[in-house]
Amino acid sequence: MSTSPTTGTRSTTVPEEAAVRRALFSAPRPSRPSAVAAAFTFGWRGMLKVKHVPEQLLDVTITPVMFVLLFTYLFGGAIAGSTGDYLDFILPGILVMSVLFTTVYSGVALNTDVTKGVVDRFRSLPIWRPAPLVGALLGDSARYLVAGTVIIVLGVVLGYRPGNGVLGVLAALALVILFAFALSWAFTTLGLLMRSPNAVMNAGFMSIFPITFLSNVFVDPDTLPAALEWFVDVNPISHLVTASRGLMDGGLEADSVAVSLGTAAILTAVFAPLTARLYRNKI
Amino acid sequence: MSSTLAIEATGLVKTFGTTRAVDGVDLAVRSGSVYGVLGPNGAGKTTTIRILATLLRPDGGEARVLGHDVVAEADAVRGVVSLTGQLASVDEDLTGRENLILIARLLGLGRAEAKARAAELLEAFGLAEAAGRLVKHYSGGMRRRLDVAASIVVTPQVMFLDEPTTGLDPRSRNQVWDIIRALAAGGTTILLCTQYLDEADQLAEGIAVIDHGKVIAEGTPGQLKASVGAGALHVRLLDPDQRSAAERVLTRELDVVHLEPDPAALSAPCADADRGAQAVAELSRAGIGIANFSLGQPSLDEVFLALTGHPAEEEPAEDEVIDEERAA
Repeated sequence: MSTSPTTGTRSTTVPEEAAVRRALFSAPRPSRPSAVAAAFTFGWRGMLKVKHVPEQLLDVTITPVMFVLLFTYLFGGAIAGSTGDYLDFILPGILVMSVLFTTVYSGVALNTDVTKGVVDRFRSLPIWRPAPLVGALLGDSARYLVAGTVIIVLGVVLGYRPGNGVLGVLAALALVILFAFALSWAFTTLGLLMRSPNAVMNAGFMSIFPITFLSNVFVDPDTLPAALEWFVDVNPISHLVTASRGLMDGGLEADSVAVSLGTAAILTAVFAPLTARLYRNKI
Repeated sequence: MSSTLAIEATGLVKTFGTTRAVDGVDLAVRSGSVYGVLGPNGAGKTTTIRILATLLRPDGGEARVLGHDVVAEADAVRGVVSLTGQLASVDEDLTGRENLILIARLLGLGRAEAKARAAELLEAFGLAEAAGRLVKHYSGGMRRRLDVAASIVVTPQVMFLDEPTTGLDPRSRNQVWDIIRALAAGGTTILLCTQYLDEADQLAEGIAVIDHGKVIAEGTPGQLKASVGAGALHVRLLDPDQRSAAERVLTRELDVVHLEPDPAALSAPCADADRGAQAVAELSRAGIGIANFSLGQPSLDEVFLALTGHPAEEEPAEDEVIDEERAA
């Protein structure tokens, strides 16, 4: 069958009954993929989206890049005495911020799938039921890796030299991505509760923005009013930032690493089952 | 329980808030047949199909697909059915090829097999050329074809099609009809929800008419149309002043004539195309100028009027009902 676009005649551009009949699947039905295989297939789907819709990644990378430049050169001297010192302070924090901002998109993507109807197809397939969710977050983790790498490379270009070298940076990146994976479940829950991708985006950023700013990403909490200092000190994101600084620059803060891992475990334990349940019962 | 039934539902009920979207639906669909579920928006068609495809749990009644209970054996049901939803259930941010490979991999085909299968389907559905384009740039007809292709990556034993041609132009609609015929010829049982009597008539051997969540009539297309009256000849004249002359001619040819609110239009019940053509020819012979004429099958409205005494009113569309449920 020709596929020439120029001729409008029926035989060249439309499926013919006979052609469709020939294309019916005649081999025996293949056996189902394992849960892991199905999840990885959805992860592959997520990666394809990064390829086709790079704007999403751009959105969440440009803001942190702007913050790095703005804060370092505008406030760096005033806050830390020199721009170089401030860059050392701020970079691990910006790494955390940029990756955590990206997690909102997990909820947006899931909501889009629901509103566009493709979820109906996934839910009617004979596969491990949470595979689309787990797979999507695996794919998103690849995005976190890209977002994190962009920030680190930018930092190095601007003169940031992590005290613990490549291994320290990789360890921090791994911790941040793990935390982001856990936090994504909160946003997929949100994604199944809200009515439109835009609503998820707004609600998502409205929650992640203040909670990230009210941490030790930009300033030393000692300078804050008491109530605010208290909040910043208990904010798990502060612990994640402290842990990342420790891993990257030396002076490992075991407590902060533990709090980060614990928070990640709690987020996953609460929101993963909730997401799965909402997804299963989605109308 | 007869083994020749592919789908059997008894007393299905689904309530959203205070709306009984499905209110005691019974269905019996013979294996290998195309069965139409006909009704207006909000009649409960989509809800019924979603229950049968295991996407919704019924609040009452039971349904079996190829002998598997849709609630207790949902996973077994998913292994034999495929669903083409009202919204084209494809991923807009992927290419056509990637969509098919994705589904093929999820159904257990190997990497190379999945690729080959995708290519085969794209070719057969006239999408080979658009294979590498993102689906969001597809036309409605192409999207729908891809959607159906995704549903037959592995030929299902039972296929649910929810308004597969709504919003398509006539040419794309014919293409989708051809595909449905080909699937049916291959032995797949097809449950087809539609708002168009014409569509059910073209494809289905049995039809259930549903309204307010209940089956209000059931039979072959022929039986349904017979119960409704077979259709009508509609004529619009060039000159309204000739209407009484036209009325005389049509009364002679077709017995009963209605004068329409439009002063230039008349209609007459007419079951037989030859008699309709004859009547139009007689009008010309009598020197009566005709602006246009049509010989139509009864519309869904006429079916509803005949079956229920009320026209097929536009109820809140089912997605609105669903939205209400989401909000609740």
